[in-house]
Amino acid sequence: MNDIGFGDPAAVKALIARIARTAERLPRRVTLMEVCGTHTHAIAAAGIRRLLPPHVRLIAGPGCPVCVTPVGYVDRAEALAQCADTIVCTFGDLMRVPSSTGSLEAVCARGGDVRVVYSPRDALQIARENQGKTVVFLGVGFETTAPTIAGALAEAEAGEITNFLVLSGHKTMPAPLRVLAADPEVKVDAFLLPGHVSVIIGARAYTFLAAEHGKPAAIVGFTPTDVLRGVEELVACLADGRPEVINLYKRAVSDDGNVTARATVDRFFRASDAVWRGLGAIPASGLALRTEFSHRDAERIEVALPEPVEPPGCRCGDVLKGTIDPPECPLFGAACTPAAAIGACMVSSEGTCAAWYRHERYAGRAGA
Amino acid sequence: MCLAVPMKLVERDEFGGVVELDGVRREISLMLQPDARLGDYVLVHAGYVIGIVDEAEAHATLELLRQIADAEAAG
Amino acid sequence: MKKAERILLAHGGGGRLTHELVREAFLPAFANSALATLSDSAILAELPPGRPALTTDAFVVDPPVFSGGDLGYLSVCGTVNDLAVAGAQPLYLTWALILEEGLERDLLATFVAGAARGAREAGVSIVAGDTKVVPRGKGDRAFVVTSGLGVVPPGRDLGDHRIVAGDAVLVSGPIGDHGATVMAARHGLSSDRLASDCAPLAGLTAALLAAGVGVHAMHDPTRGGVATTCAETAARADVRIVLDQAAVSVRPEVMTVCEVLGLDPLYVACEGRLLAWVGGGDADKAVAALRAHPLGRDAAVIGRVEQPRPGGAPVVLATRYGTERPLDMLAGAELPRIC
Repeated sequence: MNDIGFGDPAAVKALIARIARTAERLPRRVTLMEVCGTHTHAIAAAGIRRLLPPHVRLIAGPGCPVCVTPVGYVDRAEALAQCADTIVCTFGDLMRVPSSTGSLEAVCARGGDVRVVYSPRDALQIARENQGKTVVFLGVGFETTAPTIAGALAEAEAGEITNFLVLSGHKTMPAPLRVLAADPEVKVDAFLLPGHVSVIIGARAYTFLAAEHGKPAAIVGFTPTDVLRGVEELVACLADGRPEVINLYKRAVSDDGNVTARATVDRFFRASDAVWRGLGAIPASGLALRTEFSHRDAERIEVALPEPVEPPGCRCGDVLKGTIDPPECPLFGAACTPAAAIGACMVSSEGTCAAWYRHERYAGRAGA
Repeated sequence: MCLAVPMKLVERDEFGGVVELDGVRREISLMLQPDARLGDYVLVHAGYVIGIVDEAEAHATLELLRQIADAEAAG
Repeated sequence: MKKAERILLAHGGGGRLTHELVREAFLPAFANSALATLSDSAILAELPPGRPALTTDAFVVDPPVFSGGDLGYLSVCGTVNDLAVAGAQPLYLTWALILEEGLERDLLATFVAGAARGAREAGVSIVAGDTKVVPRGKGDRAFVVTSGLGVVPPGRDLGDHRIVAGDAVLVSGPIGDHGATVMAARHGLSSDRLASDCAPLAGLTAALLAAGVGVHAMHDPTRGGVATTCAETAARADVRIVLDQAAVSVRPEVMTVCEVLGLDPLYVACEGRLLAWVGGGDADKAVAALRAHPLGRDAAVIGRVEQPRPGGAPVVLATRYGTERPLDMLAGAELPRIC
C-alpha cells in the first residue's frame, strides 16, 4: 500500500483520453483552479498541464502557505531570531522567503539561531534541551498543519515546557475560496480542493461553493490519477451544467473530517482576520492564539521591525488570484528566479512561479 | 500544502507510536488520531498521524483505475 | 600517562601533544613510508607516465557518523572519486583536520579508521597531514580538507568537451542513497536498509575505461544530485540532456525518506555513484562492463545527449507520462518541507 498504483501511466493515459472526450461537450474554454501548493507541485512534476486539452485551463491559486505569508511575518521571525537567547525553529519552506531585509537563511549568517525541523515536536525537544533559551516555532500552514502545532502546544502545556512559544501565521482554507468564488476579476469555473486540508476539515466544509456560488468542486488527492479524476469530474460537471461538490479522495477524507484534530486547534487558537499576501485582509481566515495562552504567543515579544517592503513590480498577488500566469509578471525569469527570488511565489518550491520556472518555463504555450 | 505520506502503524502506546514504510521508521504522535490501530495505514504529516487510510476505498479506487485503463486500451 | 579523552587546544599546538596524537592516532592507521618520516613534506616515488591530476576538497557532514560511513571515509572517497572520474589513477592523498576543542577521541578514531579504510579500498596512500584545533564553539566537531594526486595515463582525454549529441548517459546504480541516509538521520527517520552509497570509484572507472568503449566524460553526482550534475555538464558541454524517469532507479527506502521530507531524489547527493557519458553505440557494452564490477551491479542507461535547443532547457526529464519537464540546477541545499 503506497501510491505507486495511483501513478500508473496506463491509467493516466486513459483519464486524459476521457477528459478530452468529455471536454468536447464544453460550450467554451473553462478554468479550473487548484488551491494547494502540494497540488501545484504534483501537477508540474508529472507535466499534467501539457496533457490536458487546450480548452481546459488549470491554474494555481493561493494554496502555498508560504507564498501568502505577509512580509511582516517573516520580518518578525527574523527579528526574533536575532534576539539574545532565542532559537527560532521552522519548517524548511520558510527559510528562503524574502523579507524586507533578507531572509531567515541570511539571518543565520548574521548570528541568528534558526533551525529547520521536520516536526513541531522536534522544536519542543529543542526547547527541553535548551531551558535557558526561548524557542519560537514559526507556525505557518493551513488546516493540515495547524493541528500539529496545536498538538505540540498541548504537549508543552502538559509537560510544563515553558520556553516553547509559537508565532502564528496559520491560515484557513474556506474563507479565501469564498473570496475567489465571489470575485468577478477571478474567472474560475471550478475548484480542485486540497486533499489533506480536507482530511482535517471534512468534505462538508465546501458545500457553499456549489450551493452559494454555483461552482463545481472536487476534493482530490495528490497522485496524477487523483488529480486527473478530479479534472474529469469537474469538466463533466461543467459540461452538464451540474454544480456539485464531490469527494474523490474517500480513502482519506470523510464528510466530518478529523474532529480530534479540530478540537485540538480550537483549544489553543481562535479564528482571526488575516492578511493574505496578494489578496489583502480576509476576515476569519487565520488562526491566532487564544488570550489564555498568551504565555505561548511569540507575538508579545517586543522586537524592532523594519517598515515592510513590498518589492516594486512584484505581481505575486495577481499570480495568486490566478489573474495572470507567471510569465506575465515583468520580473519573472529575469530579476526574479529561484536563485534570486523577489516574491514568495518564486521562493517556495511550491509557489506558482517557482513551479512554473522549474517545469513550465520552456513549454511556450499559453495556459500551459 | 499537504505533504502527508501513507505509512503503516507498527507500534503504539497511549500517545504515540512508530510508523513504517519500506523499512523506514519514524516515531510519531497519535494525539490527533488516538483511535488508530496497529496495522492501519495512516497519513503522516510533520511527525503526527492526521488520518487513517480506508483500505477498502483505496482498493476500490485502484480497481476503478484498472478498469479505466483496460477499457481505454480495448478502445 | 593517561590519554586525554577529548581533543584539547594543545593538540593543535605543534608540541608534545600534537606529536603524540600523530604517533598514536594517525601513523598506525595510515601506515606508509612517506608519512612515517614525519618530515615537512612527503617525498614521493616517481610518478607513472602520464599527466598528473590534482584535486582538493573540504568535508563537513552532519551527522559525522552515519550508516555506511563517516566523515573520514567520506573525505577519502570524495577525493579519490574526483580523480577517478577525471580518468586519473589516484595515488596519494593529503588529509588535514580542523578539530573543535572537546571533540571526543573516540570519534576522531572513527574518522581516522574510516579514512584508513577508504585509502585501503582505493589503493591510495595518505602521505601528509596537519592538525589544528579551534576553541569550543568555533568548529562543528571536525572539518577535513584534502588534496589528491593521481596520474592520467598518456593518450587519455576525458572531459565535457568530448560529449556530443548521440551519447548515452549512464549511472552506476540507484540514486540518492547518501543524501537520504544523512537527512533521515537528522530528522528522526531510521531504517536497517538505508545506508550511504559512499565508496571509492577508482576500480569501477578503471573497469569502464578498460572495456574498449568510447568514454567521453565522467562525473560523480555529489551535492545537488544527478540533476544538478547533469545541468552543470550540459551547460559546460553546450548540449541538451534528456533523462528517462522510468530508467532512473531509486531504492524504496530512499524514495520513502524523500517523500516524507519532501525531497526530489534527482537532487539528493550520492557519494559512490558514477555518471558516465559514452558513445551511443557503446552504451550496452559500457553497461555490461559496469555491471561486471561489484559497485556497478545496477548500472543502467538513464538518458541521452542531444543538440541544444535555442531557448530550451539544457536538461529535461522525460516523465513516465510522456511529458517533459526541465531539471534546473538547485537554487540552494534541498530543505525538508511540509508543503
